[in-house]
Amino acid sequence: MPQKLKEVDVVCIGVGFAGSILAKELAASGLTVVGLERGRERHSVPDFQAPAIHDELKYSVRKAFMQDVVREAMTFRNHRNEVALPMRQWEGFLPGTGLGGAGVHWNGQSWRYQATEFIYKTHLEQRYGRKFIDPDLRIQDWGVSYQELEPYYDKFEYLIGAGGKAGNLNGQIHSDGNFFESPRAREYPNPPMKEQYAGALFRKAALELGYHPFIQPSANMTRPYTNPEGMTLNPCVYCGFCERFGCEQFAKASPQTVILPKLRELSNFQLRTEAHVLRINLDSTGKKATSVSYMDAQGREFEQPASLILVTAFILNNIRMLLLSGIGRPYDPVTEKGVVGRNYAYQTQSYVPVFMGEDVHLNSYMAAGASGTVIDDFSVDNFDHGPLGFIGGGYILCGSTNARPIEFHPTPPGTPRWGGKWKEAVRRHYNHTTIFNLSGNSTSARQNYADLDPTYRDAWGLPLLRITFDFPDNDVRMSRHVTAKASEIARRMGAKIVVNEPRTKPYTTTAYQSTHNTGGTVMGNDPAISVVNRYCQSWDVPNVFVVGASNYPQNSSYNPTLTLGALIYWTADALKTRYLKRPGPLA
Amino acid sequence: MSDGSKLNSRRDFLKSGLIMISTAALPAEASRPPQSHTTPEATHYFSEAERKFLQSAIDRLIPSDERWPGALEAGVVNYIELQMAGPWGRGELVYRHGPFRKGSKTQGYQLEYTPGELFHRSINAINNIFMERGTTFSELSAAERDDYLTKLETEEIDLDGVPSNIFFDFLWKHTVEGFFADPIYGGNRDKIAWKMIGFPGAYTDFYDLVDKHGVEYHREPAGIGDGPMHMHSKPNQGKG
Repeated sequence: MPQKLKEVDVVCIGVGFAGSILAKELAASGLTVVGLERGRERHSVPDFQAPAIHDELKYSVRKAFMQDVVREAMTFRNHRNEVALPMRQWEGFLPGTGLGGAGVHWNGQSWRYQATEFIYKTHLEQRYGRKFIDPDLRIQDWGVSYQELEPYYDKFEYLIGAGGKAGNLNGQIHSDGNFFESPRAREYPNPPMKEQYAGALFRKAALELGYHPFIQPSANMTRPYTNPEGMTLNPCVYCGFCERFGCEQFAKASPQTVILPKLRELSNFQLRTEAHVLRINLDSTGKKATSVSYMDAQGREFEQPASLILVTAFILNNIRMLLLSGIGRPYDPVTEKGVVGRNYAYQTQSYVPVFMGEDVHLNSYMAAGASGTVIDDFSVDNFDHGPLGFIGGGYILCGSTNARPIEFHPTPPGTPRWGGKWKEAVRRHYNHTTIFNLSGNSTSARQNYADLDPTYRDAWGLPLLRITFDFPDNDVRMSRHVTAKASEIARRMGAKIVVNEPRTKPYTTTAYQSTHNTGGTVMGNDPAISVVNRYCQSWDVPNVFVVGASNYPQNSSYNPTLTLGALIYWTADALKTRYLKRPGPLA
Repeated sequence: MSDGSKLNSRRDFLKSGLIMISTAALPAEASRPPQSHTTPEATHYFSEAERKFLQSAIDRLIPSDERWPGALEAGVVNYIELQMAGPWGRGELVYRHGPFRKGSKTQGYQLEYTPGELFHRSINAINNIFMERGTTFSELSAAERDDYLTKLETEEIDLDGVPSNIFFDFLWKHTVEGFFADPIYGGNRDKIAWKMIGFPGAYTDFYDLVDKHGVEYHREPAGIGDGPMHMHSKPNQGKG
């Protein structure tokens, strides 16, 4: 028999950035809050300390910080006429787990989305006409505007100590920041990161070609910083072990370094780790959530009643939690009825390996997760798509996050895959090669979605999430265009060899591309095509809020975390100023 | 901060405007690795015949040359044995629920075998193929071994249930891992692979160097097992 616990005001399912910030905001306003985290408790000391944390095999190759795939995998297929099979190990993307969630092992690349992205459909149809957009695409507006989110972007940037230079300060353009960004009310709390050698070469070439290079905004500290919560962080030392690792320096913004200790000082907050939530329970009307059921590490089942339930897990687990709980109608790609799992999107990543001469010592292992010089000239709608026949774009980033050798040892095309010539090529090119990273947007499409797998189950006997995805043709055309532009810059840098590698179909889960999954519980103003309203509140069960990148109607080319941060504070505000005063639908 | 005295002297050194000078061991020296107390030695996971195949195969995948030792000298067989004897080899880090069925290439590894089982089955099948011919893989010349490895890589020869291209990918993946991983895992002996490419290893603090563009930086690489932990000052973070 499950043990029924004493009712609390709020339960957060997942304690990463979303769970810890929402819990802090609500607990500070006097509510009793329980955070249920399926993974382990972990802290900068002792869990992230060097040199043990600088273990490429354990953390990067064997994925020690990621969701326990043994117990809970996902299945995948490219098309719905195929049989989905489990991803038996994480390769293509890396869902986090444990206290702090993916906020522990992210890189800290801290991008705002542009104003036009929140009205993506309206904007593109106005500029290019409805027929310009491929018929399989399902782009839509967010239901919330950039102007509404700006103060919350600001709040999150100051929480995480973002380092950068404003490109557009209240409409005033600054050429050393991002020329294309939407207006911000304040300067970044910290200056930009140091520029790597490859980035400096890239900057020069990009300027010569008439582009607008700048240093990527970062949540790796650029100087000692104390945030508004009173948490102090150290400067980043460019150790080259950032993404997939925890930070030993207290230099990368993570829930651990920016908010968790302050949250845990509040006696009305309780953290329960290794608490695996099975489902949200509804009352007999199906319109009110009453509790969540979870298993602890000893296999005991508990029922935790709560009046407000916040789904704050990794995006794919947000989708699955709603499906397992019967909240919202599952999406059917044939009839296009239903919404949960709809508009699953990804990131259209491509690369340009740039082989410089042996006299150019790039020292790419001197790197931070968010270091790099970048141009935004080919993102979103920053260029005229009219003659090009596709929508969207991507930024072009030159800068390494690391040069860890098991996974970074580039060789030029034509090099044998193994043997003496391979070895000689690895030796020759290791310190003289950089790889441009092109982060392309991912356009939601009718055929791409997530639902529950009919065959494969997790360790608790529940169906795994099934992902059906391939790149829409639009995004393949976009990638071809932007990647060719990047290759021109590489040649301008004086590279000996440039490899143009646009993204092509089919999507594969066997090589890492990006962890930026989005969609599935998208937000909007129309319940026929969204799961939550503009305040991230479930249309069907108003005392359930879902806060994650699962709310994005399509994926931007920009990294998703900063927009998630803005949505977290936006939702916290709606809860505190409106919902708690009068619980019920906010829209 | 880490090792304050070294950091300060490095900072002073840079302030003086001099270029970093190599302190790396010479390759000739490096090719005679001293026994490091941090290198674990494998228990006997593989049979003598299995180990012999692995030795002769990885010796071709990353051969030694006049300057740098190869996978064999770096202890990659030792690395693979240790990995296969541990949780990874036992399949304790992968999702292993059935049904098992062949998928598309985009769906990744779908065999029911653990990494350890995959190695055993494939290598024994190969050894049996050669036994029927009255020889062994390791008796072949270097060129013949390369040809046979290429055949494994490019064809789908049935190795007791394992298609040979899958086995080859697996062998290659583990060879690269063992060559480049931290020496605590039993390969990359004397950090020879890191020295070859100039990777500084696990002790890394480049605040002062990252924007010294074009500096030729050489340092004896340091592994996780090499010395005392460097400690970082803890800022005011409250409890937790």
